[in-house]
Amino acid sequence: MSLLRIRNLSVDFATASGPFRAVDSVDIDVDTGEILAIVGESGSGKSVSMLALMGLLPWTATITADEMMFDGHDLSKLGPAARRRIVGKDLAMIFQEPMSSLNPCFTVGWQIKEALRFHLGLDRAARHARAIELFEQVGIPAPEKRLSAFPHQMSGGMNQRVMIAMAISCRPKLLIADEPTTALDVTIQAQILDLLTGLRKETGMGLVLITHDMGVVAETAERVSVQYAGQKIEEQPVADLFATPHHPYTAALLDALPERATEKKLPTIPGVVPGQFDRPAGCLFSPRCKFADALCRATPPKPQGRDLGLARCHYPLNTDERAAS
Amino acid sequence: MLKYLASRLLTFIPTFIGVTLISFSFIRALPGDPIVVMAGERGLSEERYAELVKQFGFDRPVYVQFWEYLTGVLQGDLGNSFVTKKPVWDEFFALFPATLELSICAMIFAVALGLPAGVIAAVNRGKFFDRALMSTALVGYSMPIFWWALLLIIVFSGNLGWTPVSGRIDLVYYFPNATGFMLIDSLVSGQKGAFASAVRHLILPTIVLGTIPLAVIARQTRSAMLEVLGEDYIRTARAKGMPPGRINGIHALRNALIPVVTVIGLSVGTLLAGAILTETIFSWPGIGKWMVDSIFRRDYPVVQGGLLLIAVMVMIVNLTVDVLYGVINPKIRKR
Repeated sequence: MSLLRIRNLSVDFATASGPFRAVDSVDIDVDTGEILAIVGESGSGKSVSMLALMGLLPWTATITADEMMFDGHDLSKLGPAARRRIVGKDLAMIFQEPMSSLNPCFTVGWQIKEALRFHLGLDRAARHARAIELFEQVGIPAPEKRLSAFPHQMSGGMNQRVMIAMAISCRPKLLIADEPTTALDVTIQAQILDLLTGLRKETGMGLVLITHDMGVVAETAERVSVQYAGQKIEEQPVADLFATPHHPYTAALLDALPERATEKKLPTIPGVVPGQFDRPAGCLFSPRCKFADALCRATPPKPQGRDLGLARCHYPLNTDERAAS
Repeated sequence: MLKYLASRLLTFIPTFIGVTLISFSFIRALPGDPIVVMAGERGLSEERYAELVKQFGFDRPVYVQFWEYLTGVLQGDLGNSFVTKKPVWDEFFALFPATLELSICAMIFAVALGLPAGVIAAVNRGKFFDRALMSTALVGYSMPIFWWALLLIIVFSGNLGWTPVSGRIDLVYYFPNATGFMLIDSLVSGQKGAFASAVRHLILPTIVLGTIPLAVIARQTRSAMLEVLGEDYIRTARAKGMPPGRINGIHALRNALIPVVTVIGLSVGTLLAGAILTETIFSWPGIGKWMVDSIFRRDYPVVQGGLLLIAVMVMIVNLTVDVLYGVINPKIRKR
């Protein structure tokens, strides 16, 4: 049984100029101990779908889903109080901006111990011991001293380690990392990713990595889900995705990687992700797709079968290679 | 921290001299002669007038008078009242506890109602409570204080008879004036009903004086909370599964307190100014009423000394507020 099973998740935002669909009937599965990467450009709805799962969206958002099963509980049917017993304990999340994600008015020790008190009911001494243990686990030097530091007294990388320590404090079954390295410099990025994959191995938790960095995906993920304009357009195990992308968007993303470039000039995808007012009638990628024809522009495609990576495309790529193998 | 305090105390000196100069010149710019006012309707002879002018030192140039006053002040001598002949210093401290008691009660009233109201309004943004509260606050803020006071007196003292009209305590009670704070003194005296009487006398002046700060604090708390509630660390707290009451009351409110403490500090100045009107209406024997009476009597030393002491109070409160910033938000302490 999978740890997380989301079916037909949609999120609509009420805006001043009418409703806007940020996530459009997305399915997500994560197995225990698995690393799933969700990739996509800005505005593709990858963060929003996970924030919806956590219940962290503002009140302007309307969430609909057939199913949001996590560890045997359907989160879409739980009340706020019951949900809070799961969120933060078995289901944890870290964010993009470590500097602003920690409260400037409280010491990092206070912030980490708070979760321990609420979810595990540890006493003062046990909380202190566990906090030190967690800081050691995430590689914060001099943990005893660091517990009484304020977020502004530490670097971004250290703060992200604090965020990770806080997220794993109650031994979650699933950790969602929303672009955890975007705000950090490159050497720190690698350290944080190593830490996350290491913790996954140690604790056996599942990991959802939201990113737009294909390099990070190739190094860490096991399965990749590609999102575009709120839809999941392809999903494959990582090696297969890089070898035989089936959706033209995935293929174009991979072509745009500097490591894969064959020409002097790096290929790009023309245009931008459609917004609230220029959503195409047919395939959402059709205005930017070099293979699009009249059918693509008129009719939205249904996902293909699992052998074609569930690609939402009328003309999936690399079909013959699949057939040959 | 000590260095910071010392540098802030140094900035007090020019402010202090400035306030002295302004109060000294403004009271003299007012038409009217203290000697004539003192003589009353009977008037006085030319010789006696000249004698008094010499006695008060009005015959000397103004800058000499100011210099003498300033040197006196710096040595802790605020002069004597023209009318009562008692030192200004003594009169001030006999009356100040009454004002302080009223101001503290008004501030507690304003903060105790304003903070929670602002938080609840921010959390229920756009809903009925928020709109009702913010419109009420606007009314409270723009209402003339004397009219509000009279309205309350008519309804609660006149029609309903629930509260007394004026004064600090019923005349049947008498006890030594130990601290000057009626609430404490009446409690210490042990007389039956004295404390209740003191409380009932305080209710209306407290409401009247606290209304404007209450409105300001509620509005400021609401807007500061709205800003803070959108911050990333609030999302983090929710991601930790913290209950909403804890998120709003601890995680958010502590961050929102900085601008709120600023307006509380600024309100103290308004409060002392408002006290003058409130005390006059309720015959509250505090420095507000004393100042107004002294202005009518052209009692120069009292007006000058009173203004100066009030200014010093406001300066001290503002310094306290600055120190509080660092206590509330350690990030500010570093700068």
